[in-house]
Amino acid sequence: MPLNKDEISKMIMEAFPDATLELKDTMGDSNHYSAKIISKTFNGKTRIEQHKMVYKALMGKMGNELHALELITEEKK
Amino acid sequence: MSEINKKIKDIVGANDIVLFMKGTPDAPQCGFSMAVSNILKHLKVKFEGVNVLSSDELRQGIKDYTDWPTIPQLYVKGEFVGGCDIVKEMFEKGELKKLFEDKSLLS
Repeated sequence: MPLNKDEISKMIMEAFPDATLELKDTMGDSNHYSAKIISKTFNGKTRIEQHKMVYKALMGKMGNELHALELITEEKK
Repeated sequence: MSEINKKIKDIVGANDIVLFMKGTPDAPQCGFSMAVSNILKHLKVKFEGVNVLSSDELRQGIKDYTDWPTIPQLYVKGEFVGGCDIVKEMFEKGELKKLFEDKSLLS
C-alpha cells in the first residue's frame, strides 16, 4: 500500500520539528515523491548522514512502500 | 563477515569506481540508475557497473553493506559516495568532478 503525502510529512515533521518541508507527489501516483527539507538537525552533518536521518525517520518505508523519493536536505542557518 | 558482504567488499576494493545499479550501463533498468550511469559517462570516467537485479542476495546485501535503502549506489576508491540524489547534487555543484580529479580518476 503506497504512502500518501500526509503520512510522509507527518513522519518527517515528527523527526524534524523545526523543518521547512516541501513535499511533492511528482507523478500523482503516491509512489514518486520529491522532498526538500531544511532543518537545524542537519547542521554540521554530511549529505549522506542527513539523508540517512531522513530514511530513519521514514521507518523502513524507503525503498519499500515508498518507491522513489528525490531528496534534497539543507542546513538551517 | 557474511559471504555477500565479502563479495561486495572485494568488488568495491578491486575497482576505483563502482556503480551498483539496476541493469547495466548500456541497458539501465531504472531511471535513477540511468541518471547516475549517464553522469559517469559524461565525465568520461572508467567505472564498473554491477547489476543488482542479477541476484536478490546482492540486491539486499548492498543495502545492508552501507545501511542505504535504495539503488543505485556509487563507490569511489572503496568509499560510498551516495545514491542518485547526492551524486546528481554533487555533479551539478562540480563536486563530483573535483572528487575524481583529487583521486586522479579523470581521464
